[in-house]
Amino acid sequence: MTFSSIRRTAVLLAASAVLAAASAGAADSRGSKAARTPLPQVKITKEGEKCVEPTDIMRRRHMEFILHQRDDTMHRGIRTTRHSLKNCIDCHADPKTNSVLGEDGFCQNCHAYAAVSMDCFSCHTGKAEKQSAVSGLIPLASSADVSVRDMVMMSRLQTAEHNAQPSATGKSQ
Amino acid sequence: MSLSRREFLGAGTAAVAGTALAPGVRLIELAAARRPEDAVTAKQRWGLLIDTGKCSEGCTACVEACHEENGVTDHGKPLTDAQWIRKVEARDPQTGYAHSLPVMCLHCETPPCVDVCPTGASFRRVDGIVLVDKHICIGCRYCMMACPYKARSFIHENITDQKPDAPRGKGTVESCTLCVHKVDRGDGTTACAEACKEDGHQAIVFGDLNDSQSEIARRLKSESSVQLRADLNLNTGVRYQGL
Repeated sequence: MTFSSIRRTAVLLAASAVLAAASAGAADSRGSKAARTPLPQVKITKEGEKCVEPTDIMRRRHMEFILHQRDDTMHRGIRTTRHSLKNCIDCHADPKTNSVLGEDGFCQNCHAYAAVSMDCFSCHTGKAEKQSAVSGLIPLASSADVSVRDMVMMSRLQTAEHNAQPSATGKSQ
Repeated sequence: MSLSRREFLGAGTAAVAGTALAPGVRLIELAAARRPEDAVTAKQRWGLLIDTGKCSEGCTACVEACHEENGVTDHGKPLTDAQWIRKVEARDPQTGYAHSLPVMCLHCETPPCVDVCPTGASFRRVDGIVLVDKHICIGCRYCMMACPYKARSFIHENITDQKPDAPRGKGTVESCTLCVHKVDRGDGTTACAEACKEDGHQAIVFGDLNDSQSEIARRLKSESSVQLRADLNLNTGVRYQGL
């Protein structure tokens, strides 16, 4: 081990100690102020059906899936529905408003809480193409719908999830 | 142009599948060959053939159908409202002969709009459809100035209630997409061609210029047609007859 690598390790250790202390402090303050900002109520209107990926992966990586699909669809004409924004909207639109936007809308509800702006809906409609309440069944991704690219991407993501540190801030490749 | 291994193999398979068993009989129709997970290939070149002799003056069925299909709405501002397709009334000043034709994005092989785009938002899909990637369009409007056909529009207003298949938003440039969502779905037609047929004019034919069996390729081979501003050598995907 060279001197520079020892020094780097020492710096990393010191930084992680500072981070751990900071996150402990944040957890304390969050606990005491829990009542001030209520957690968003995510309404899943489809009982007993599952999303295209496990919930924890979707929560953390949905933006990556739709970004990847966006370029594939736009430039290469690949129109699989599994990770398409249209598929998200068709499934998650509120049966009352037929939309993922609005105060209780599936997308807007959470994004308002997290203070993350969504650019999707400055061009895309937030309304479902099909009336989700009427259609009853949603076309979940069938095995034929998953391309090799998707599968490769998924295995990479799962590996990344597995390796991800608890303190990672989302980009844990 | 370089082909990836997969594209090369895919093109090869399609070519084998599309081989003629007998004249007019094919194992698999070329148009139906692409699945949703397959990328577009340069095997196809989509285009339109417009017969101005059949296009009637004052008829705007194609314009209305296009704007309905793609949710292009009117804001009551004719100077800046988007138009993906427009009717042009052309008249020979010497003879007085007048005719009417629809003009939209002509889907050039070497599009000037793509040359000038600083972000790569204006691009040509390998199957010949020229599009704007609104995710990366910064609204500079260079492409509008570069296009010799005035095919592009800038969105000045906030837009709501877009069609799910035709996202549109303020601050970006847009133009005819050759109904790319319909093409990818395998409909084999565009909103304008459909409306023109329904109206009984049949002035617009959509098809694959590379498929020798398609109506458009057969007619282009056997009948005379022109490109608008052929002097620019843009090799347009939309061709005209009767001009």
